[in-house]
Amino acid sequence: MKITKEISIGDVAARAEELRGENMTLNMGPSHPATHGVLRLSLELDGDKVVKCDPVIGYLHRGDEKIAENMTYNQFVPYTDRLDYLAPLANNVAYAIAVERLAGVKVPERCEAIRVVCCEMARISSHLLGLGVYAMDTGAWTVFMYTFNERERLYTLFEELTGARFTTSYTRVGGVTRDLPEGWLAKVDAFCDGVLRTVDEVDRLLTRNGIFLERTEGVAPISKELALAYGLTGANLRASGVPFDLRKDKPYSGYERYDFDVAVGTKGDCFDRYLVRMEELRQSVRILRQAVRGMPGGAWYAEDAKKIFLPPKAKVLTRMEELIQNFMLVTEGPQVPPGEVYFEAENPKGALGFYVVSHGGGVPWRLRIRGPSFVALSILPAIIPGNYLTDIASVLGSLDFVMGECDR
Amino acid sequence: MDAAALSSRFSALRDLAGKDMPTYETAGPDLLAVVKFLRDEQGFDLLADLCGVEWKDRTPRFGVVIHLLSTASKEYVRLHVPAVDDRVPSVSSLHPGANWHEREAYDMFGIRFDGHPDLRRILMWDAYPHHPLRKDFPLAGIEVPLPAADVAAITGQTVEPAPMMGGPFVSQGGRMSEGEPDALDQSWTEERPKS
Repeated sequence: MKITKEISIGDVAARAEELRGENMTLNMGPSHPATHGVLRLSLELDGDKVVKCDPVIGYLHRGDEKIAENMTYNQFVPYTDRLDYLAPLANNVAYAIAVERLAGVKVPERCEAIRVVCCEMARISSHLLGLGVYAMDTGAWTVFMYTFNERERLYTLFEELTGARFTTSYTRVGGVTRDLPEGWLAKVDAFCDGVLRTVDEVDRLLTRNGIFLERTEGVAPISKELALAYGLTGANLRASGVPFDLRKDKPYSGYERYDFDVAVGTKGDCFDRYLVRMEELRQSVRILRQAVRGMPGGAWYAEDAKKIFLPPKAKVLTRMEELIQNFMLVTEGPQVPPGEVYFEAENPKGALGFYVVSHGGGVPWRLRIRGPSFVALSILPAIIPGNYLTDIASVLGSLDFVMGECDR
Repeated sequence: MDAAALSSRFSALRDLAGKDMPTYETAGPDLLAVVKFLRDEQGFDLLADLCGVEWKDRTPRFGVVIHLLSTASKEYVRLHVPAVDDRVPSVSSLHPGANWHEREAYDMFGIRFDGHPDLRRILMWDAYPHHPLRKDFPLAGIEVPLPAADVAAITGQTVEPAPMMGGPFVSQGGRMSEGEPDALDQSWTEERPKS
């Protein structure tokens, strides 16, 4: 009598239909550490394989666009801090340039250079945090400590420049709130050396780290076509192999004067998105160095835009005309002619767009904010299904989104 | 962009002489053909933005504004689409990225997108009864039931309008020095809070 039975995986495979279990619905978030804020993913799981993913957003919806219609252009600047709250300076700059384009104001070269310094420091700050938490999501705790250390130095510089560490509100339509503090540029220059050392450290810790590679390489690749179809921008688009960077292709704020390279990926997987951000950090430092060392002198705001930018305080307190000008600008806002404008800036998270419709006066009729994080999240239903539940942390970390900007 | 090819192909297209980028107004029924032509033959491969607008001086009251970007020629084009009967065809079959933008325009303005695969609210909760970006919707909000009915049943809470304290203090537009900035709610004093 034969008492042994040869078993193989084929036995199970043959009964696959019979063994199929029920799918399970799982809510990931709204407060899950990997969702970087208040994002809820409504997942349908077959075992630990994701079948369907439906992102639920809006938990941080504050109605910024409605608020903007009810206040003057400059009053809205602090609200832009809270869009991508990891790079408030870059939002300030993007918003100011959008309104300036509508008002037809040209800011002097020094102002443009100051704004470039702001944008690149914001990019470094945002990418450092993005990389730190991305590594943490994939199980590498240490990186976060190094990158946060460097961000602390950045915040000290922000504080010296704007008076605030997080909510900078630094720009105004037609300029910035104040000129650079004395000796500040030298500190930025010194910071550049330090941040490059940290980036190298991250490189050593992560780029050839077996666990990190396992968790990111080949995970959730986004093809060129898919990235374009979903309107991805910024590092996420470039990681998929589209060499499009608004700083190079639609230069604003004098970016055409700086020498830098655009990092482009090949496969568009989570690892490529990491590599592109690493290279962007180095390129940002390159731009920062050029801007700091070649900082032009002269006016730091549009002096001839009398109905846009506040007059100097000393004149307001001593002269009649400037006093009236100051009063009218504060109470009625910068006077912007009727029209419409759409301006996108290359922010750390992607293209932050402002569509402004004006009927004249100091209050916008409609102010639409196009958040790159909103767009980056809209691609999740297309790329998450087919991956495992644990991959979601890698995918979310690699897309580098922020809910303040997604929900507005 | 080849403006001549576009206008010869679509004679109903109206050039709005945009200052920052080519701007056209297209009627709803032509929209899909125009966007497809721009995508396949003019290289506008990326839908940068799609949003609803409530116009001040136009009929119909609502419209949709689409910004397309060409990653090859590095230029933008803007399309205005009037929402006749609050309806606009969905372009999400051509640009899947429009899906969420259209859901947002529906949520905020109540514009319906014909042919949209999944037209649900996106920022507000599903049962929310209003469209907050309409001009007749007050800034403070309107009192509505709490989204969580089980919580509301016990606590009796509702979603209340924001305390405005007489604000916002802004000019009502117009040319400079035409009128002082006023509080929207004149009845508010230190003693009597906003009703």
